[in-house]
Amino acid sequence: MKPRHKRFALIGGGVAVLGIAAALVLNAFQSNLVFFFTPTQVAAGEAPKGKTFRIGGMVKEGSLKRQPDGLTMQFIVTDTAKEFPVAYTGILPDLFREGKGVVAQGKLGENGLFTASEVLAKHDENYMPPEAQHAVDQAHKAAKTVKQ
Amino acid sequence: MIPELGHFALILALLVSLVQGTLPLAGAARHSLSWIALARPAARAQFLLVAFAFGCLTWAFVANDFSVLYVAQHSNSRLPLEYRISGVWGGHEGSLLLWMLMLSGWTLAVSVFSRHLPDAMVARVIGVLGLVTVGFLAFILLTSNPFERLLPAAADGRDLNPLLQDPGLIFHPPMLYMGYVGFSIAFAFAIAALLSGQLDAAWARWSRPWTTAAWVFLTLGIALGSWWAYYELGWGGWWFWDPVENASFIPWLVGTALVHSLAVTEKRGGFKNWTVLLAIAAFSLSLLGTFLVRSGVLTSVHAFATDPRRGIFILILLAIVVGVSLFLFAWRAPKVGLGGSFGLVSRESLLLVNNVLLVVAAGSVLLGTLYPLFIDALGLGKLSVGPPYFNAVFVPLMVPLLVLMAPGPLARWKHAEMAPVLKKLLPALAVAVALAVAVPLAYGQWTPLTALGILLAAWIAGASVIAVIDRLRAGVTGQPLHWWGMHLAHAGVAVFVVGVTLVSAYQQEKDVRMAPDDTVTVGGYSFRFVGVREAMGPNYRAMVGELELSKDGKVLRSMHPEKRAYLTSTMPMTEAAIDVGLTRDVYVSLGEPIDERAWSVRVYYKPFVDWIWGGCLLMALGGFVAIGDRRYRMKKAAAAKQAAQGAAA
Repeated sequence: MKPRHKRFALIGGGVAVLGIAAALVLNAFQSNLVFFFTPTQVAAGEAPKGKTFRIGGMVKEGSLKRQPDGLTMQFIVTDTAKEFPVAYTGILPDLFREGKGVVAQGKLGENGLFTASEVLAKHDENYMPPEAQHAVDQAHKAAKTVKQ
Repeated sequence: MIPELGHFALILALLVSLVQGTLPLAGAARHSLSWIALARPAARAQFLLVAFAFGCLTWAFVANDFSVLYVAQHSNSRLPLEYRISGVWGGHEGSLLLWMLMLSGWTLAVSVFSRHLPDAMVARVIGVLGLVTVGFLAFILLTSNPFERLLPAAADGRDLNPLLQDPGLIFHPPMLYMGYVGFSIAFAFAIAALLSGQLDAAWARWSRPWTTAAWVFLTLGIALGSWWAYYELGWGGWWFWDPVENASFIPWLVGTALVHSLAVTEKRGGFKNWTVLLAIAAFSLSLLGTFLVRSGVLTSVHAFATDPRRGIFILILLAIVVGVSLFLFAWRAPKVGLGGSFGLVSRESLLLVNNVLLVVAAGSVLLGTLYPLFIDALGLGKLSVGPPYFNAVFVPLMVPLLVLMAPGPLARWKHAEMAPVLKKLLPALAVAVALAVAVPLAYGQWTPLTALGILLAAWIAGASVIAVIDRLRAGVTGQPLHWWGMHLAHAGVAVFVVGVTLVSAYQQEKDVRMAPDDTVTVGGYSFRFVGVREAMGPNYRAMVGELELSKDGKVLRSMHPEKRAYLTSTMPMTEAAIDVGLTRDVYVSLGEPIDERAWSVRVYYKPFVDWIWGGCLLMALGGFVAIGDRRYRMKKAAAAKQAAQGAAA
């Protein structure tokens, strides 16, 4: 095999690998992007039906209820403007608290209940210094006004 | 007083690093021996100053000096001593100081273990490291000073995050940082090569042990982090494709490519430019990883409290490093030359495929990690890329890599015939096929993916065994250590693949409600819930569950998962109880009380899960053995002579 052919073969091989990788990436991307929505957006019908997405906000005080099966929990996520009910079967993360922030991933059912397959844990919620907490809250508010 | 001394030492260190980053480099360019001679003393002074500062911060932790803001935020008088010491790197400022200590430690190591290198080369390497040091010391002093005072002093500290009060934390960050920072040595060697124009087999031999050492530490650091997440987070998973995990995994992939490409540069003088580019990439990605973790731009399990100014500083640092080194590369690389040619089928071409696959894999992980950031920055909404994406892209890319791992080490340099190699590997293939059929059937469920995993693992392990038998039978004694290291590391990959395959396919998980005397069974193991009692720890109150583990009616042991409430914070912590075994772990963690008698309980059966970390250990051990190879310590003259022979051959 001539050196030139060899080079072509090598370059061709490289391009093939990149092409396959690109195809894999695009294909996997299409189906695995999980979007985030606030309760206001979900209430406005912006969230997709039957597709996985994330919802986030605060757990409403006094809304956490254990269902009769003993393992399913139901609670309300609120962004102070709108509220949305969420159900989760299993053990909630250690830092899950009423009145604290939460992000849940799952699907919206026909009955208007968000069924979470995963409730994301935060690792040092209580370690936020009060000033930082305040800053975060301000940022949230600012972000909200921008979005609306 | 002592914190001020530490602060002062850091300022002095910055001044020393300014000298270290300029004069030796200028001296090497101008052939000024006295300036070149400054490199080693500067590196040593630098290390002493940073180590002193680190010692001061440690003292503030040990002595419970809550007038230091950082100590007040991350420690508590009731915190056990070992966690007060590891608390030094339990937060942002301290972990940067640890980063810095590692960097000056690596620089010190270069200054000590470089007697066989030309002085001008050492001066350039230490000079480049000095410039990196300037960047990081300025970062610490300007945005994240760990010695900042809190006046009036706090009565007691806020306590260390309970998650971090664990032996895993004592070792995980230092190991990871050793790896991250270690790539700065490979980077400095690459830049020094570009500056001097000397990029040959001798250069590769000098930078190889350093690169391998960094890779070993990074491997251990990632494995420790994975293990810690497994038992401490109480989720039972070993890898979540979390952005912060990815941030350490991307440099690892590129570093692995670098380790292999350096082999070609050393043995055959090939891949020179590519090696340099990989070294630059590995370090830049380490910086990017630091940025991602420390800036808090990512939604992640590691999202600790953050400050945007810091993110911008690291981003600027990253831009400078990447910009300057790529500019230098574009300017100097054409002079370096291409190195020897090689056949379409040869060890070089196989290693080239290895490199392409590893780099493409790193790129796809990087894409998935950064994509949400771009979308968010463009204002197109908030989203996340889930683990299925990474699995769908990563696994298919790794399959050809694993297939080629078996014939690779047996193929000849320059031009190889595959037929004899494959013939030699036939027994490995036969054993692999048999195991791929048998093992999944033994677990009672045969799937193509499980069979493929077992096939690949046995194929790789078999190839290493055949290679060893082959050499021993040929009477070739005294194989060099790096050869043993390579096979050990490859066997580690096989062990790792077995673990991943079996745990993914056959793990069982149950969340159940348990009252006393209730029994639940997973993977043939029965748990009988005995009850929960209260207990006190040094700085926490715990609910300790008791479960009786049995198999086939025979009681094995009693397991005690805990639910802890730390006194100074309201943060609860789950401590899982794990029965570790060679072929399986059984794992139980407490959820929460449901009523007076019953608790929610999570039980897992994890076949071969420990093989995942065992494999990583073997890989690291292999790297460690390879570093011991004596040719890395040859004297200048002998090395130059051999390099000349290598070039002629």
